[in-house]
Amino acid sequence: MVCIVDYGVGNLFSLRSSFEAIGQEVVVTSDPDIIAKAERLILPGVGAFGDAAKKLHESGLDKIVIEYASSGKPLMGICLGMQLLFEKSYEYGEHEGLGLIPGNIVAFRGRIDEKYKIPQMGWNAIKFNGKPSGIFKYIKDSDHVYFVHSYFADTDKKHVAAYTEYGANITAAVHKDNVFGCQFHPEKSGSVGLNILKAFCEL
Amino acid sequence: MITKRIIPCLDVRDGRVVKGVNFEGLKDVSSPIELAAYYSDCGADELVFYDITASSEGRKLFVDILCETAKRVFIPLTVGGGINTVADFERVLSCGADKVSVNSGAIKNPALIGEAAKKYGDQCVVLSVDAKRVDGKYRVFAKGGREDTGLDAFEWIKRGVDSGAGEIVLNSIDTDGVKRGFDCEMLEAVTKIVNVPVIASGGAGSIDDFISLFNKVPDVDAGLAASVFHFGEVDIKELKRELDKNGINVRL
Repeated sequence: MVCIVDYGVGNLFSLRSSFEAIGQEVVVTSDPDIIAKAERLILPGVGAFGDAAKKLHESGLDKIVIEYASSGKPLMGICLGMQLLFEKSYEYGEHEGLGLIPGNIVAFRGRIDEKYKIPQMGWNAIKFNGKPSGIFKYIKDSDHVYFVHSYFADTDKKHVAAYTEYGANITAAVHKDNVFGCQFHPEKSGSVGLNILKAFCEL
Repeated sequence: MITKRIIPCLDVRDGRVVKGVNFEGLKDVSSPIELAAYYSDCGADELVFYDITASSEGRKLFVDILCETAKRVFIPLTVGGGINTVADFERVLSCGADKVSVNSGAIKNPALIGEAAKKYGDQCVVLSVDAKRVDGKYRVFAKGGREDTGLDAFEWIKRGVDSGAGEIVLNSIDTDGVKRGFDCEMLEAVTKIVNVPVIASGGAGSIDDFISLFNKVPDVDAGLAASVFHFGEVDIKELKRELDKNGINVRL
């Protein structure tokens, strides 16, 4: 069973549907007990980092997710949910994340050539960083996934599971111990995306 | 590098896919859910569902169809048609839509763009513009291309992007339904004035029209079409193979 953390940010219809499509039981909840007992946890998120971090903090779910991560069970952040795994974001100010992976969230603006449109919106290829992470078991290097983002994770190479090329090598997926993250949307990336979720469910 | 996108557009009325030529003479085509799943399997990069229903029953049916589609199709879905308020955004986003396209609703109330962008993010707000040449200028038309708003198309698009629209769908009324190619001249001009993705719409009749679009207007991000896909005149799989052969970066 997969547990999706519901902390009032964004819509979870597609994410829930994508897990159901691969035959997983899904629970979408903000109940700390259910989250703590989950076998697999998904931290979703769309919108602005500051708002999302505030909601996570105000609901007290930030501590619950951090505790869950320390249990060693698989956790995956998706899109803004991935960004929240990091220490800090510089999106409209400076905001604290969960600090599960060292690194910061920084803007494309000023870091890539002006000819690149912001947000990066569309399908781009991902390049594995070294040995493929467990979540890539069923996909190939250079498969395409769907991105929508204006900020990205600036982190140590050793935490990067895959890059994508968008004016620079941009962090597309991260992996540190039992904590995973995808900057792209696996639930909107066709069969490649579903195969990433499937692999995560087999970890 | 990010790929060029191919986007079939499904006009939905009373639960069925329809497509008019020059916005008139609608023809019934197929089931939206089936067609969406088929396109996704063929390699469509995204789908647009356009609600052309006028009745509230039809609107309810549209939302049901959208939910069913989002349970089966895992590529981005943009929804347009009848979006006049932030509540309309919520109505379709809660059914699995990723982006919402505004057209006449934003012309009536330009503040809608900013309000929606603030609530859901720029990436969620698509400004769809029906433009036509009038006296050597491009003008915005409303009501499915029937009413000249008097707005200058380029000024309207710039204003929309400044207010928070994260993507532009530019439909040329002059080329729509004619099947002689996209309006590259107008598209080229728009890609020069905004730095958000621009989706070309109106005029696709063959695979060559798509090749020529991406070659002539390299900054255009996607090609959108309806009837050429619905009637099988352009096969999406073959289209993407041909684009690839012609050096255009696509997802195969």
